Amino acid sequence: MISPFQDVIVQTVCRILIPFIQLYGLYVIAHGHSSPGGGFQGGVILAASFILLCLAYDIDEMKKRLSQKAILIYFSVGVLIYSGIGAICLALGGNYLNYSQLHKILPVDPILARYMGMFGIEVGVGITVMAVMISIFLDLSSYPDMKEKGK
Amino acid sequence: MMIGFYAMIGKKNLVKKLIGMNIFQTSIILYFISTGSKRGGTIPIVEGVHGVVHQAVEASQYVNPLPHVLMLTAIVVMVSTFGVALALLLMIYRRYGTLEEDEIAVLRK
Amino acid sequence: MKPIALIAVCLTGALLIYGTIDMPNWGDPQSPANRHVSPRYIEKTVEETAVPNMVTSVLADYRGYDTLGETTVIFTAGISCILLIRRFGK
Repeated sequence: MISPFQDVIVQTVCRILIPFIQLYGLYVIAHGHSSPGGGFQGGVILAASFILLCLAYDIDEMKKRLSQKAILIYFSVGVLIYSGIGAICLALGGNYLNYSQLHKILPVDPILARYMGMFGIEVGVGITVMAVMISIFLDLSSYPDMKEKGK
Repeated sequence: MMIGFYAMIGKKNLVKKLIGMNIFQTSIILYFISTGSKRGGTIPIVEGVHGVVHQAVEASQYVNPLPHVLMLTAIVVMVSTFGVALALLLMIYRRYGTLEEDEIAVLRK
Repeated sequence: MKPIALIAVCLTGALLIYGTIDMPNWGDPQSPANRHVSPRYIEKTVEETAVPNMVTSVLADYRGYDTLGETTVIFTAGISCILLIRRFGK
């Protein structure tokens, strides 16, 4: 449906910029504890780098790197990480999502175990948000039978 | 807020109604965060702390963090409804061939 | 249609502004929204969780269950977009 936009300047600049955008997205997820940011914000920045690849090149370029089946797996892995950490805290004795019980398997004291638990769930949230944003964009832009209506 | 509301009820094209809904939701988010501010307060991040430090934190120097938390959730809900609404508009266009609401009302009879 | 919409919008705007007259002053540290549970979150976040960012500690630790529901909401939105648009078995 969208004709590919082939321009040398745009393609060269995007090829240089995309790894830096992904690095910045990972930085925002990892530094959610000391500066503004966190899981949702970093996930959207990571998704924006993939959408930039779609816009500068063709959609098939991106499907070679991240097929639609792989995106479906990423959806579920994020939610699984979140609930899995909660279930581990339940199995170690304590309430669901009570991260201070994690000091029994990690070599830190109970207060820093809450820090580590929070970091784990932010990673899960970031993966899910990235996969959903890419999937919505792919669904809305790959619409094959527009020419059949013939308005 | 009222601009978004007028776009939702006064325009006939479905995409314009959707843009009005987005403006409405964004303005509500801004308003809610502004009710949680304090005079002379700074952003809700404690400065210069590594590890567990038992220092006194004064509650009236920091802006109330609870509206910020609630509005993160509201932004995610805004994006979700916008995505699903655009998918529905795509299906309507595929079925009826037009996106004006009076033509769709005629075609449904 | 358009004049009715304009009148409805102006009426709603006037009612909303009338409703905000009774609210506490802007930026008041003693307003009811700033007094009950919010000072506890601000004062205890470094002692109890070793995380300086109050927004992250409230979102992921004190109210972590709501964030689980939030992740489920965005997961459901992605799945419903796939169900609406993709056609299987071409």
